Amino acid sequence: MNEPVLRTEQLKAFYVLDVHGDQKVVKAVNEVNLEIRINEVYGIAGESGCGKSTLLKALYGAVEPPLRLMGGKVYYLVGDSELDISSLSPEEKRKLRWEHISYVPQGSMSVLNPVIKLRETFSDFIGSHVSGKTRGEAFEIAKGRLSELGLPIKILDAYPHQLSGGMKQRVTIALAALLKPRIIICDEPTTALDVVVQRGVVQLLKDIQKKLENSIILVTHDMGIQANVADRIAIMYAGKIVEEASTETIFSDPQHPYTRYLINSLPRFGDKAPRESAPGNPPLLSKLPDGCPFHPRCPYAMDICKQQMPDTHALSVNHKVACWLVAEREDAKTP
Amino acid sequence: MPKLLEVDHLTKIFTLGSMISRLRITAIDDVSFEIRPAEIFALAGESGCGKTTTARIILGFDEPTSGTIVHKGKREPKSRNKKVWFTEGIQAIFQDPFGTFNPLRTVDRYFFETVRRYKLAGNKETELKLISEKLKAVGLSYEEFSGRYPSEFSGGQLQRISIARALLTEPILMIADEPVSMVDASLRMSIVNLFKKLREEFGVSVLYITHDLATAYYISDRIAIMFRGNIVEMGPVEHVLMDPKHPYTRLLRESIPEVNPDLRWREIVTLTDIEHEEYLRKGCKFAGRCPKVMEICKNVVPDNIGIDDVQVKCHLYSSDPRGAS
Repeated sequence: MNEPVLRTEQLKAFYVLDVHGDQKVVKAVNEVNLEIRINEVYGIAGESGCGKSTLLKALYGAVEPPLRLMGGKVYYLVGDSELDISSLSPEEKRKLRWEHISYVPQGSMSVLNPVIKLRETFSDFIGSHVSGKTRGEAFEIAKGRLSELGLPIKILDAYPHQLSGGMKQRVTIALAALLKPRIIICDEPTTALDVVVQRGVVQLLKDIQKKLENSIILVTHDMGIQANVADRIAIMYAGKIVEEASTETIFSDPQHPYTRYLINSLPRFGDKAPRESAPGNPPLLSKLPDGCPFHPRCPYAMDICKQQMPDTHALSVNHKVACWLVAEREDAKTP
Repeated sequence: MPKLLEVDHLTKIFTLGSMISRLRITAIDDVSFEIRPAEIFALAGESGCGKTTTARIILGFDEPTSGTIVHKGKREPKSRNKKVWFTEGIQAIFQDPFGTFNPLRTVDRYFFETVRRYKLAGNKETELKLISEKLKAVGLSYEEFSGRYPSEFSGGQLQRISIARALLTEPILMIADEPVSMVDASLRMSIVNLFKKLREEFGVSVLYITHDLATAYYISDRIAIMFRGNIVEMGPVEHVLMDPKHPYTRLLRESIPEVNPDLRWREIVTLTDIEHEEYLRKGCKFAGRCPKVMEICKNVVPDNIGIDDVQVKCHLYSSDPRGAS
C-alpha cells in the first residue's frame, strides 16, 4: 500500500451563521478521517448538500467565514515530512497551492477571465508561481503542457467564450495540472456536460494521473463516472463518510444500507427490473437527527442507531463502514 | 395505431447576429413523431440537439417556423386564449423544481389557481378533495403541504408537487423536460417510478425529455435520439439502445459510463471544437465526427430508412448504390 499524501484526523468544519440573533450551525463536515494515497484516484460520492464541497475546501485549506474549522487536522506529505496545514501562514499555503496541491472548483468553466485571451491567463499563472520566467518562456511551457495533454494549441489565441463548455473544462483542468502538483482536487468536473464531452474530460483526468503519477480527489455524485475513474470511493452522507472501499467492492459488495440504496437504484442497460430509491428525504445539515444521520430513512434502524453514531468499522484493510448493523455482525463473529 | 399527439414535419429556425452577419440555425429540422396512448416516449440527446425546443413548441411557448402539432385530431390553436382545451390535456413538468415555484408564494396557491383556471371544481369542498386526491397519487398529504413555502421542501418533494399539480386537469399527456436531472441521486428513481405508476394507473402518456439514456431505457417504451435538430434514430427502446444502428447512437450509448468498474472506457473519443459548425453542415450533421463517414454523407441529407420497427437517418443503411460504395 502506498503511503498517504494527504490525511485528515477527526476533521470538523461547520458553517456558523447568525440568523436574527440565533446561532445556526450547519455541520457540513463532521469527524471525517481519510487518507489519500500516492498514485490513486480517490472518489468521493454523495448527494447534493452532504458536505462534499465543504470537505474539499477544508482539505485545500480554503476555510473562510462563515465556514469554520471546529476541530481536527489536515496533513499534507510534502517531500518527506508531514505538514499540518493549520500551522501554515497564508504565504506558505499560497506557495503550496498549484505546485503541491491544486483545486478545480465546481463550475470552474467560469473561472477563465472573459476579456483576455487564454495565452494571457496561462502566462499570468506561470508568472506568479514560477519565478524568473519571461512571458515568452511561460508561453512555451503552456504550449508544451497543452500538446502533452492532447489539447489544440490554437486555443491559446482564443477568448474563453469561443470555446465549448467541454473545452473550457479541459483547459481549467490543464491549468490545474500545469505545475505538476502532487494532488489535484476536482469538484464535479463532469456535471452539466454532455455525455460524450464527459468522456473527454474523464480521459484527460486519467491521462494526467497516469503521466504525473500523482493523486486525484474526484468529487461527483455520478456513480457511472466514479466507476470509470476512481480506484477507491468514499460514500458521504450528511457530513460523514459512511463507507469507504475499493471501487470494485463498493459496486459489488456495498455494506452500508445507504450505499446499497445508492448502488441498487442505478438503472442499468439490459435490465428493466424495478429499482427503488431510499425512502424519505436527506436531513438538513443544520437539523441533524441524533445518532446515525441515516437512521430515519434506514429500514434496519435499531435503538442504538437513534442514540449513538457508530464508529468506523474496518471489514478489511480497504473496506471501512460506519454502521451499527455491520459492527454488531462483526462483533458476533469474534466473541 | 391510435395517436395521442402527432408532431408533423416540425421545423424551427433561429436567426443569430445582426442585420449584416446573419446566421440561421435550424434548431429543429423536419422532425416528425407521434405519441400513443399510455406510452412513455423518450426524446433523448445532448444539449443543443433541439429536444427542449420541441417541447416548448408542443406546449405553445414558441411558434414553429413550419410544421404542425395535432392533438385529438385538431391542430394546435395559435391564439393563447384558445389554448385551454389543449393545455387541459397536456401538462408540463420542468427541469428545475426550485425554479418552477415562486419562492415567495406558498405552493398550495398554484393548486387553487389551476383548479379555478380550468374550472375543475364547483366549491371549496370539492376543490380540497381533488387536490388531496392528486397529492395522494404522488405520495404526499395535504397536511404536510398546505401553507408551506418552496424552500421548506427538498428537490424531490417539489418535483412530486409539480407532478401533482399537473395531474389536476387529468391530462392524457405529460411533457417532462429533464424531470430528474436536478433531483438527488437517492430520490431520483422514486420520481422516475412515479411516471411509470401514473402510466399504469391513470393511462397517462409521458414525453420524457432527457440526456440520461439509462433512465430512458428504464422507463420508456419508445425512444427518439436527436442530434443537431434531426431525429437520427427512433424505435422501441430495447432495439435502439441495446442494438444501436446510427453511428451517433452508438457513440452516445458507449459514452454512458456503465455503473460497473469492469466496463471502463478504453477507446478515445474526438470532440467538436466549435458547435454551430455542425448545424450548418450540408449533408448529415454527424459527418464531421462519424467513424464510418462516406463521400455522400458530406453533401446529401440522408433519408429516414425503416429497418424492422426502427427508423434510422443514415446513408449506411440506404439501398441507394451511391451510399453502398
